[in-house]
Amino acid sequence: MSGIDAPMDVLLADGQVVEIASPKKIRGGADTTFDARGLVVAPGFIDLHVHLREPGQSYKETIASGTAAAAAGGFTSVCCMPNTAPVVDSAEWVKWLQRPERGAVVNVFPVAAATVHSTGEQLNDFKGLKQAGAVAVSDDGKPILQDHIMRDALRMAAEQDLPVIQHAEDTRLTGLCSMNNGPTAFRLGLRGMPAAAEADIVERDVRLSGDTGGRLHVAHVSTTDALKAIRRGKRARTRVTSEVTPHHFTLIDESVGEYDSNHKMNPPLRSAADLEAIVAALADGTIDAIATDHAPHALHEKQMEFERAPFGITGLETALGLAITQLHAGRKIPLTRIVELFTAGPARVVELKGRGTLARGSYADVTIFDPKKHWTFEANKSRSKSRNTPFDGWKLTGKVTAAIVGGRFAYRAD
Amino acid sequence: MKKAARGSLLGIEHLQRDEILGLLRAARRMNPQRPRPLLRGKRIILLFYEPSTRTRSSFEIAAKTLGGITVLVQSSGSSIEKGESLLDTGYTLRAVGADAIVIRHPNAGAPHLLAANLDIPVINAGDGMHEHPSQALLDAYTILTHKKRFAGLKVAIIGDIYHSRVARSACHLLSKFGVAITLCGSPEFVPELAASIAHGVRVTRSLEDAIQGVDVIMLLRVQKERLAGKNIGLDDYITRYQMTPERLKLAKRDAIVMHPGPIIRGLELTGEVADCPQSVIVEEVASGVPVRMAILARAMGKA
Repeated sequence: MSGIDAPMDVLLADGQVVEIASPKKIRGGADTTFDARGLVVAPGFIDLHVHLREPGQSYKETIASGTAAAAAGGFTSVCCMPNTAPVVDSAEWVKWLQRPERGAVVNVFPVAAATVHSTGEQLNDFKGLKQAGAVAVSDDGKPILQDHIMRDALRMAAEQDLPVIQHAEDTRLTGLCSMNNGPTAFRLGLRGMPAAAEADIVERDVRLSGDTGGRLHVAHVSTTDALKAIRRGKRARTRVTSEVTPHHFTLIDESVGEYDSNHKMNPPLRSAADLEAIVAALADGTIDAIATDHAPHALHEKQMEFERAPFGITGLETALGLAITQLHAGRKIPLTRIVELFTAGPARVVELKGRGTLARGSYADVTIFDPKKHWTFEANKSRSKSRNTPFDGWKLTGKVTAAIVGGRFAYRAD
Repeated sequence: MKKAARGSLLGIEHLQRDEILGLLRAARRMNPQRPRPLLRGKRIILLFYEPSTRTRSSFEIAAKTLGGITVLVQSSGSSIEKGESLLDTGYTLRAVGADAIVIRHPNAGAPHLLAANLDIPVINAGDGMHEHPSQALLDAYTILTHKKRFAGLKVAIIGDIYHSRVARSACHLLSKFGVAITLCGSPEFVPELAASIAHGVRVTRSLEDAIQGVDVIMLLRVQKERLAGKNIGLDDYITRYQMTPERLKLAKRDAIVMHPGPIIRGLELTGEVADCPQSVIVEEVASGVPVRMAILARAMGKA
């Protein structure tokens, strides 16, 4: 991030930050001005983990609707996951995602599948994927389980300087499971995913990252032991980064209530102790980014028996409000740290040069928000095509005022 | 989610003691031999996604004894086979004029989903590993036939607690009345966190420890296929957990032996135990009818 926490003027032109200086110090005028007094002017937020559902599942979301929701949530860049239909495992699909006719209103950076059809068996052509615009490789939704495949993925990705994003879940331990293992799962008669299913894979991946020098990014970390493995890796100077979702620092497994499928996601909501560990890791730097894992699903898909309903919730429009409400107001994490988790942190993970900063010469991606604004999130007003959120009706503090992408407003609050 | 319609019975966990006692009192007033027209003209749908002998037939007899009309809808031979969702099936049954739905389903929470989206009472006849409230009520009814009151009773539940909706409902019900409950079995079947299900529940691995001085022994069916691949084999299970006449002597002299059925003689219990004077296994089945009459009457606002 810029490291600046003071009243400043920012001049944007030709898609770039031209000048950032103390008030009234910038000479000359501007065509458009935006009075951000009392607001926070931050580098444009970057979401490392969204599901835009195209190609193939446009009934859940489109790139146009998903990026509109992103802009309303203050995100000027999103990294979209490849678990679509078909899986984004070729240069052609990576390019397809970025075409203007998709109607994106924020920057879309594709994450390409690490293996063919994301089946975890055979690596894709990382070089070709990177040239087409992929910023990372991942079989998100599915883990790369086999040790030698993960090792090769890290090694090959290192040659292209791409991170491997891992959805860490030992699926051999989570078959038929629909929530976290614990008293709530037992009470509800639901099979529970043990925390070890995540931690075991993270431990292995950190070791393989150390062995190969490959960049590992651990998606949506949810357990205490996985955080410990990441912390150990970072101390040993392994190239490991990690992200956490707003729902994992806000909700716990008990929140599932009486089978509310809008509280069903993977990784599942964990224990209160895990939530505490996540908050501590957000504060101490173990975690590099807040990422939403925005996973839209149609109403009829979520209105199923809990065990049969798909995993995932939407999250783009509630991320900042939850971060400020839960982490800043609730836990006294400084606003500058929260901004870092939305900007410089994620920019580093996927090495988005000139983003996540307002330094002179960087892209004119700016997020302006009111950290004190109280508001109520209403799911039926979401810009996403889907409504599967556990936060409908939640009172939040901190609201996005505007999102500027490449010097143009992608979102302005009424 | 919306609230379930009045008269629904989704589980024991959230019932008040008064509601439970009310149902048990109503059941005492029901006589399966003497029809009463409390449900005259009411259409009760029995929506069964899983096989069932006891629960299905006793709900049907209970409804008919009270003058209701029953329709059985099973997953095979219906639109469910064609991929119709649970909710769409529910809307369809409502549209044909269902006044209440009794549902048995392999997924935990399925009755809750139906109840949250329909304006008619939904009765849970067993949902996955979650609850089986009518079974817990008929077991409570049976216990009170033999014991004066719940307070001070000691109950041991033995077997595959993890997969058992009967055990979960029984724990909730008995715990509300101050019963001391011991769950017994191998770690695969009785994880330590099973003790968290309700107040007054403990876990032990030793059958002898579990049944020492108890008033009630509840046995659960062991599904052979679930022993496959576990640390504990069939022979081992029998050696450690089978209820035999010798072991039964450890319990109080007037202890009763219960089992929700179907029983497998020679596995979780010997034939002698199944047929001994302390066994109330057949009586439980008989209790099912008046208890389910009471549940249905309550659903229709008649109890």
